[in-house]
Order: sequence, then C-alpha cells, then structure tokens
Amino acid sequence: MDWLAEFPSLGKRDLRDLKKGIDGSFREWSRSNGDAIEAFFDPLYFFLVWLEKLLIATPWPIILLIVAGLAYLGSRSWKLALGSVVSFMLIGYFGMWKDMMATISLISVSTLICIAVGIPIGILMSRYDRVQSAITPILDLMQTIPIFVYLLPVVMLLGIGRVPGLIAVCVYAIPPIIRLTNLGIRLVDKEILEAADAFGSSYRQKLFSVQIPLALPNIFAGVNQTIMMALAMVVIASMIGVKGLGMPVLQAVQNQYLTLGLMNGLAIVALAIIFDRVSQRYGQRLQAHRYGKEHE
Amino acid sequence: MSKTKLKIENLFKIFGPKGKSFIDPVKNGMSKQELLDDHSHVLGLNNINLDIPEQRIQVIMGLSGSGKSTLIRHINRLIEPTAGAITVDDEDILSMSQIQLREFRRKKTSMVFQKFALLPHKTVAQNVAYGLTIQGEQESVAKEKSHKWIESVGLAGFEERYPAQLSGGMQQRVGLARALATDAPILLMDEAFSALDPLIRTDMQNILLELQKDLHKTIIFITHDLDEALRIGDNIAILRDGKIIQKGDPQQIIMKPADDYISDFIKDINRGKVIEVKSIMQKGSSKGASLDSSCSLEDALKVLNNEKNNECSVVDDKGKKIGKVTLDAAISALFRDKASKNKEKYK
Repeated sequence: MDWLAEFPSLGKRDLRDLKKGIDGSFREWSRSNGDAIEAFFDPLYFFLVWLEKLLIATPWPIILLIVAGLAYLGSRSWKLALGSVVSFMLIGYFGMWKDMMATISLISVSTLICIAVGIPIGILMSRYDRVQSAITPILDLMQTIPIFVYLLPVVMLLGIGRVPGLIAVCVYAIPPIIRLTNLGIRLVDKEILEAADAFGSSYRQKLFSVQIPLALPNIFAGVNQTIMMALAMVVIASMIGVKGLGMPVLQAVQNQYLTLGLMNGLAIVALAIIFDRVSQRYGQRLQAHRYGKEHE
Repeated sequence: MSKTKLKIENLFKIFGPKGKSFIDPVKNGMSKQELLDDHSHVLGLNNINLDIPEQRIQVIMGLSGSGKSTLIRHINRLIEPTAGAITVDDEDILSMSQIQLREFRRKKTSMVFQKFALLPHKTVAQNVAYGLTIQGEQESVAKEKSHKWIESVGLAGFEERYPAQLSGGMQQRVGLARALATDAPILLMDEAFSALDPLIRTDMQNILLELQKDLHKTIIFITHDLDEALRIGDNIAILRDGKIIQKGDPQQIIMKPADDYISDFIKDINRGKVIEVKSIMQKGSSKGASLDSSCSLEDALKVLNNEKNNECSVVDDKGKKIGKVTLDAAISALFRDKASKNKEKYK
C-alpha cells in the first residue's frame, strides 16, 4: 500500500531535467532575441524618458498650473483643484518633486498603453463570446499570479530598467479596463440596440454611436481602476530599477528608514487620491444625461 | 380592398437549439405545452398566414405571450423565422443578405417601441435624426427633416432636451417622430402606446390617426388593448398561443367572434360606440332620415327613435342609399351574444 501514502510524482531527476530544459531554452531564446525585443520597445523607452525629462525640466509653477487646470476640467470642483495643488506643493516641499514627476510619467504612459490596448480587446470580447471565454482566464491569471513570477522572465528578456518596469505595471493594471469595457458594452440596454438594428445601423455605427457612448461610465470606471492599480505597482516596479516614489520606499524597507518610507508612501497615497477623485468625477459627469435636470 | 403590401405565409418560429426539427411535429398537431414539457422548445409562432394591405393600419392583438411581439420582429428580421415566407412588395425578405437587409431596414421599415428605446445620450433632435444619420444623410438635411417631424408630433421647442427630461408621452412622440423621419413606407409599432396613461394614450392614437390621413403608411400595430385595436385598426388579427384565431375588420370581429375566447375578449366593450350601422344593415330602403354607414349605434338609436316607423336608410360616404336599419335590429345588436350572457348568469 505504499503507493497510497505517497503521491505519484515525476522522478526527481526527470523533474530537474524538465526545469533545466525549459530554463535553458528560454535563456537561449532570450539571448538570441533579446536585442530585437529591446529594439522593439525602444520607442516606448524614448517616450518615457522624454516625458520624464519634460516634466522635470518644466518650471514647477507651470506644472502646478497644469495640475490645477486638469483637476478642475476633470472634476469641475475648485476644492479638488485646490487640494491637488496643495498636495503637490507639500510633496515638493519635502523634497520628492523629481521622484513624483518620474512616477507621474510612468503612470501616465502605462495608463495610456493600457487604454490603447485594453479598450480594443474589451470591444472584441463584447462582440464575440469566444474571445471572451478565451481572454477571461488570461485576465484571471494576470490578476492572481504572484507578480515576481512574471517579473522574472521580463527581466531576463529586457534586463532591469524603465521598460520592463513599465511592462510589469501594464500587465498588472490592464485587466480592469478590459473587463469593464467588455462588461459596459454588454450591459447596454438590449432594447436600444434593437432600435439601432431596426433602423439599419451597421456594426460600426452601433458601436460608435450607441454602445461605446452608453458604456462610457463603465469604461471610465475601468480607467480609474487601471490608474489605481498602476500606482499600487510603483513600489514593486522600483525593484527592477524604475525610478520614482517607489525607490525610496524600497530603500526604507531595506534599511528601516521609517520617516523616508512614510513620506514617500503618503506621497503615493496623495497621488492616488487625486487621480481617483478627478477621474471618478469625470466619469460621473459622463452619465449626466441619465438624470433629467428638470422633469416636465 | 387595396393592394397587399406585406405577405406572411406559413410562418413558424420555434425557440430552442433544434427548432427546425420540430416543425413537422407541430404541423401534425403537437401542442405548445407538449413541445415545452417534452422537448424544452418554445413555440413562438404557429403557421401564421396574413396579408397586410397597403396604406392601412393592421392591428395584431393578443395577450402577453401570444407571440405578437415575436411576429412583428419577423417583418424586419430582428428575429429569424424557423420556417415560412415573408414578402414585401413581392420581394422575399428572408433571402436578403445582411447588406440588403440593412438597406431594407433603412429605407422600407421603421419601428416604434413599447419602452421607447430612445438613445439616452442624444438630444431629441439627434434621436429623431438617428435614422437619417446612419443612412449618411447630410447633417443640414437631416436636421431640417427631423425638425419638421418634431413639429408634427407637437414637440417644437424641445429639440435640445434629453429623453430623461421628458415625460413618457413626450418620449414616445420622439419615438414616433424618429420612425417617421426616414419616410419608410412600413411602420412597425410594437405596443407603442401601451406604456402610457390612458389619456395620453388616446392623445397618441389621435396623433397617429391624424398623421395617417396624410401619410398613408402601411402600419402594423401591436396591442393587447381591444379598445385601442378597435379604435385605430382597419384590420385586426387576433393571436393566441402563436396562432391567428381570427382576422377581419373590427365590425366582423365584434359581430361574428370566431370562438369563445374572442367572445370573452369583446364582452366588456361598449357596443353602442363601436358597432356601426353598416354591420346591422338590411336590404331595402326607408323613407325616413338617412344615416351614414359608419355611424355608431349610439348615435343611430336617437335618430331611429325619432322616426315614425323606427327605420332609417343607410347611405355610403358618397350619399348613395345602400340599405336600411331598424330600431329593433339596433337594440338587439347592443346585447351581447347568448354564450357570454349565460356565462355571466352562472357566475
């Protein structure tokens, strides 16, 4: 009855060979293709560096003006705009201005990538049930797999630095926007779609004049979630050499610098709250048509 | 009788993955209940045959679950039939490709929905222009046309409002204007006024009848409300469990109900208002006053009562004598038929 006590498994030697084989071939593959892949991501790298430099080189009063302007345009709230400016000033006053600019540029670029890639995927998922059932488990995987597990092959391929950090952030942050785009389009009132069909809309017309506009509140909730998750990744991304507010937090953890960790951590929180409130208010304003301002 | 615009022949719809395989059993008499219990398929439409005349209002009436909404969605193929044929102007709808179908929906049919189905993110003007916009109509032309229809349904001044800012009745006026704006000859109305208050519903019926006087569209109007059916229908078809159990003009339905189900249906209507003298007309003529053939019994009774021998001539709309009515016939027509009277006695 020995076989009942021990689970039948692959022999130790076979297992080791298997791991070695896969590791070896991946290493081989990354060695021979690493340069090409790196070259592929070069434009991204240059854009990221350019944006970071631009943000740092721009005089701080102008940045503050832009922040106030964007916050007000997004939320139509003076309070929020003022709060954002004050937070930025405090963060700068405590010497974290440059790190904050680096983080903002990373978050902006990764959010843009997530939107550009995620929304079309979400649209495809909403159109074809098959695509939905193929992509959903991949999203589940991306959201649950320990981050270091996919950080490793990315680092093996691209080394450490901004681009692998960006990719890691995107992998982690893209699922919500895909899911909520898909969901938002699927939740559009069937009767309204039927009306669009009855008048002879093509798929494209239906998508752009009915489905996407009506799914916008949900899509925007997805954008909001994506920004939040990207911010949450800032510290982990710093482990593979991404500059920004995450780096000092990592140092603090390694050296027990309590204040340093707290200051940078709070700065990340402040950024998160500003991004969240502004984008949420903006999303709410997109639904204004749902509530009649005055009823006859 | 005017020309047939739309012809539905042997139309079946069976909902379920293997609908086609149950056509023959259903033809051989399998009931809706049997199909559902033993095979988990739903019989939506059972051998529908209907000729819909041009420029008239064809009402399709039935209670919920009778298949009337399913039927109307076959006409523009929002639902694909399991078997049968539908032709519009001798053109086969079912053999159309997706592109032809789109063109057909744009140019030949338009639709008004029970729950309005307006685009909540677009203004009244944009909603009304929707059909024109997707046809690629120039913005200025679309704007002009839609403005005209917004005016004709009495919504001038509300162009820039959003649907959520309007009451139900007003929203459905937008729905009607949107459907009329494309100038499609066939207008499909799926319980269009059922969600409205009685007073507003009457209002909308008036608007529709008033517009129809000039437009002469072929209208297919779905309703579960008999009063509405009798009021606006030139022809009525009554559906039950996916089958047409009677078709005819309103007078035929009231005077000669096909079965108990329909007698039951019509027992509560105000016969004095609905029945017209032409339905109880006899041969011959009378020396007394003349009544219009479409005069209601209620109005006719007064006239008949004042006549010496309680008789009147009936004249058609050109004033030609076509028969006579007597007071006795008018009074007996006011009573319901025996069957439904007895039923009430036993209650």
